[in-house]
Amino acid sequence: MHNPQLNAHGELQHLLSLDGLPREILTAILDTAEPFTEVAEREIKKLPILRGKSIFNLFFENSTRTRTTFEIAAKRLSADVINLNVATSSTNKGETLLDTVDNLCAMQADMFVVRHASSGAPYLIAEHLHTTRRHDIHVINAGDGRHAHPTQGLLDMYTIRHYKQDFTGLVIAIVGDVLHSRVARSQIAALTTLGVPEVRVIGPKTLMPTDLEKLGVRVFHDMREGLRDVDVVMMLRLQNERMNGPLLPSGQEFFKVWGLTPEKLAVARPDAIVMHPGPMNRGVEIDSAVADGGQAVILPQVTFGIAVRMAVMSMLGSN
Amino acid sequence: MPQLPDANTLFAALIEQMAPHVTDDTALVGIYTGGAWLAEQLHEALGIRHPLGTIDVSFYRDDYGAKGLHPQLRRSDIPFDMEDRSVILVDDVLFTGRTTRAALNELFDYGRPARVDLAVLVDRGERQLPIAARFCGHTLATPLGGKQNLQLEKADNGSLSLRLIDA
Repeated sequence: MHNPQLNAHGELQHLLSLDGLPREILTAILDTAEPFTEVAEREIKKLPILRGKSIFNLFFENSTRTRTTFEIAAKRLSADVINLNVATSSTNKGETLLDTVDNLCAMQADMFVVRHASSGAPYLIAEHLHTTRRHDIHVINAGDGRHAHPTQGLLDMYTIRHYKQDFTGLVIAIVGDVLHSRVARSQIAALTTLGVPEVRVIGPKTLMPTDLEKLGVRVFHDMREGLRDVDVVMMLRLQNERMNGPLLPSGQEFFKVWGLTPEKLAVARPDAIVMHPGPMNRGVEIDSAVADGGQAVILPQVTFGIAVRMAVMSMLGSN
Repeated sequence: MPQLPDANTLFAALIEQMAPHVTDDTALVGIYTGGAWLAEQLHEALGIRHPLGTIDVSFYRDDYGAKGLHPQLRRSDIPFDMEDRSVILVDDVLFTGRTTRAALNELFDYGRPARVDLAVLVDRGERQLPIAARFCGHTLATPLGGKQNLQLEKADNGSLSLRLIDA
């Protein structure tokens, strides 16, 4: 079957989802990211790899941080970055997604970084490029609906490998609103592919998809049980817009049961690290004492995110 | 196949050439992989004051688009202040000059060195760019042609030797 993410040589053509990517490619991305972390320490924080390439940030859904880190990554690789403010552009005048893409291709786009509220929008673009035989144009999914957020998943893997070196002996817990989280899906796919023996998912039944066990994870509905002896705690953001709806009580009540406090964290291994994809809701899913504590690696995640996005862009640009 | 010179003899020749020019401002930067091994041994033998730098020039190569990324990229490491340093760039073999060009570009992203010299164990000729080594252990009399790679190898005991491999 045609895998839209890989080219005829089995190399990365688009990054759409971590699901379906072989371990060798995930590892190659993490390995490539490693030397990029050093670029930030130079006087001139730039490499000439994507000089003369045009990268379009197509954000149909708002995100300051993800867009900014993609922009920094592209600029550190010397690419020209064009941010399309889609909210005020042709889409509002009735242009379809693929017409927008065709127009940008006519402007010699080399890469699209796409965020869209609909799951599958980046796939649609990739398939369109495939059928119109534009194999030199690449798509990166920067988050689509509830489906996937592969670069977040990759930067999480980079962070875990940085602090824990090896995936094969780890117990890792993903905590919170798994139901609405594209980040959680990407994390589970990557952790499983990289050989993590035990992935746990902790959260209320109302925020948990029904068929989760099929993905090879253990499901917990109690924080103290689920966090016992874990090496890594990956918190998810509770999306404010879901609050006070039928699925959830108030933020304070959520915090009481599901918020990560120092007391709950105490049952994890003493050297456990705490991760969060941001933006954090302090006092909802995470206590400030944990977020600012010695076990949190939330800010390093942001820094690693730039190197990981540089790795993805440079690999796509050379394939 | 031409007789390859002994790497240790060339190393000694290189030390002899370089030693009179080493000052407190001198810093060595080795180019991965062979150049980094060589630089490590030169650094010790010449008693260089500044810590050893190493660079992987893959990101700066002009054939990057055609070749793609090498699977094993190394992290470049310049542990000294580049500003006003007298840098000696070290590589095992000088050939087309393209690696040296890439290395020069990378060096200047760390600051403005006072000067940059090039030291190589072997110059195999056939340059494609206006680049020359100031310090050179040996120059091959006859060109090898593009079909063969001349490279430095490092044994488990740390000793270096030259090897010719079909490209």
